[in-house]
Amino acid sequence: MTEISRQKSTELTEVARKLRVDSLRLIHRRGSGHPGGALSAAEIMAVLYFHVMNIDPSNPEWEERDRFILSKGHASAVLYSALTRRGFFPIEELDNWGEVECRHQGHPDRLKTPGVDMTSGLLGHGVAVGAGLALAARRKGQNWRTYVLLGDGECQGGIVWEGAVTAAKFHLSNLVAILDNNDVQLDGFVHDVMPLGDLRSRWESIGWHVIEVNGHDIRDLIAAFNQAHEVKDRPVILIARTTKGKGVSYMENQSYWHGNVPNVEQLAQALQELGEVNNG
Amino acid sequence: MAEMAMREAYGRALAEYGDKNPLIVALDVDTSASTLSNFFAKRFPERFYNIGIAEPCMVDVATGLAMGGFIPFINGFASILSLRALEQIRSCVCYANTNVKIAASYAGLSDFKDGATHYSISDLANVRALPGLTVIVPADAAEAADWVPIIAEHQGPVYLRISRAGAIPVHQPLSKLEIGKARTLRNGSDLTIIAMGSMVGRSLQAVEALAAMGISARLVEMHTLKPIDRETIVQCAEETGAIVTAEEHTIIGGLGSAVAEVVCETRPVPLQRVGINDFFCPTGRNLDTLMDTCGLSVAAVTSAAQQVLKGKK
Repeated sequence: MTEISRQKSTELTEVARKLRVDSLRLIHRRGSGHPGGALSAAEIMAVLYFHVMNIDPSNPEWEERDRFILSKGHASAVLYSALTRRGFFPIEELDNWGEVECRHQGHPDRLKTPGVDMTSGLLGHGVAVGAGLALAARRKGQNWRTYVLLGDGECQGGIVWEGAVTAAKFHLSNLVAILDNNDVQLDGFVHDVMPLGDLRSRWESIGWHVIEVNGHDIRDLIAAFNQAHEVKDRPVILIARTTKGKGVSYMENQSYWHGNVPNVEQLAQALQELGEVNNG
Repeated sequence: MAEMAMREAYGRALAEYGDKNPLIVALDVDTSASTLSNFFAKRFPERFYNIGIAEPCMVDVATGLAMGGFIPFINGFASILSLRALEQIRSCVCYANTNVKIAASYAGLSDFKDGATHYSISDLANVRALPGLTVIVPADAAEAADWVPIIAEHQGPVYLRISRAGAIPVHQPLSKLEIGKARTLRNGSDLTIIAMGSMVGRSLQAVEALAAMGISARLVEMHTLKPIDRETIVQCAEETGAIVTAEEHTIIGGLGSAVAEVVCETRPVPLQRVGINDFFCPTGRNLDTLMDTCGLSVAAVTSAAQQVLKGKK
């Protein structure tokens, strides 16, 4: 990947906008889901699935594909949106998301949704499982990478750090984590509920290469991934500054919107703010 | 104890099988000198990963290795694996159906010097409740070794319970082991003793003691706790009309419970469970006397047999 064109950047911005729109519609229709953390991750997901990752929607099990783990599995709406937009399955399959007949689960299930590389839901597993995948790629002499998207609230749990020191010990430069650092969790601000300290120095001190990035800036994100791929001796984490609920005024930075569902009027306003025709 | 410890037989077998199957990798949590995964580590240093004292992380890393095409054997203490790492085993191994082999060592009371924190007397209850997990409990060292290639070649998650100690040898190396197929070690007609793990050898002694009293006891080794061999249990209930179970585990949720579930639902007969009766066990001087004092003596089995016969119509 080299410097991207203005056109590509515009395209990815539009993808991110669509992922937001899709996510909110899915959550609204289902009457359940987690909008805030889906919206904060839209540019990250757009850049990963439409620019960075080497994947083949016609062959989701391709052995040498890049892997992605949504460690913050509750943001499943934005993952499903990315997968269907990328062509892994028709969007109509999500019409009855939440019904027992729908194969796509509330949280990602690798056995049921094409393109989902790892089952997730309960927080904390992504970095450690990703370390295992990265070890497997290395042992096989293959060049694919593993990308893990984790939340900042999630980093309050110890298992994240168990995985982090493991990845560092084995110098897994084929593992790239992205921290969706929106500073909001279910009960309030992350810095109030349980402060994480200085994230850059925590990750650096155990042996990770840290890149701080604006998580809503397509060009900044792409430059960060390019830089991450140049690192050859250690795992990399992009600490992405993001806004929970990004793009919908009444959701931004509000912990209420971690896991609540917009009603008809709220959805209409959200879609309008996102530049979408108001058809619910 | 003269016989080889089960952990040593397992450790040697894993290293030996590693030669035959390049997809085998092993992980440990700073206990390779205890679980004896160090036989494998020495022979295949590039296929061995020491994760430090972090069992949940080991399960997750093994999950990734399994999804990347390898067959990871994870090694640690059964007590920690089945408690602290249970969520990882549930979510990432069972629910995600990854091909991880859990070698849960120091099981039961076998770490007799370290006490109740280290004992693993509820692990089988914990893991038996997880959908999709195969649960194997070898009766002696030779059998533990024989399971290694079988579970490696079985597609799907397996929990293999390994004792730190030796056990009374009962296994015939040439007899066929098959997941989910119990083995009848002694025929008998008055009752059936269904045992697993170290209690198979002790139950064999009980069968002989009972024979001296004129009681004909059948002995079935239930090495696979899950999926349990319902057919054999029903057959034993029908043919002998009384059942005793014996396990180095709490009587809640393990073999006794599993057998009782089948018996109650199919062919109700008098049943007695020999096991640890819902208490934390003390530290001991040696395993044999500790087991005796914790309700796992040969006499406890014979007494349960006599008891169960009284209820027989």
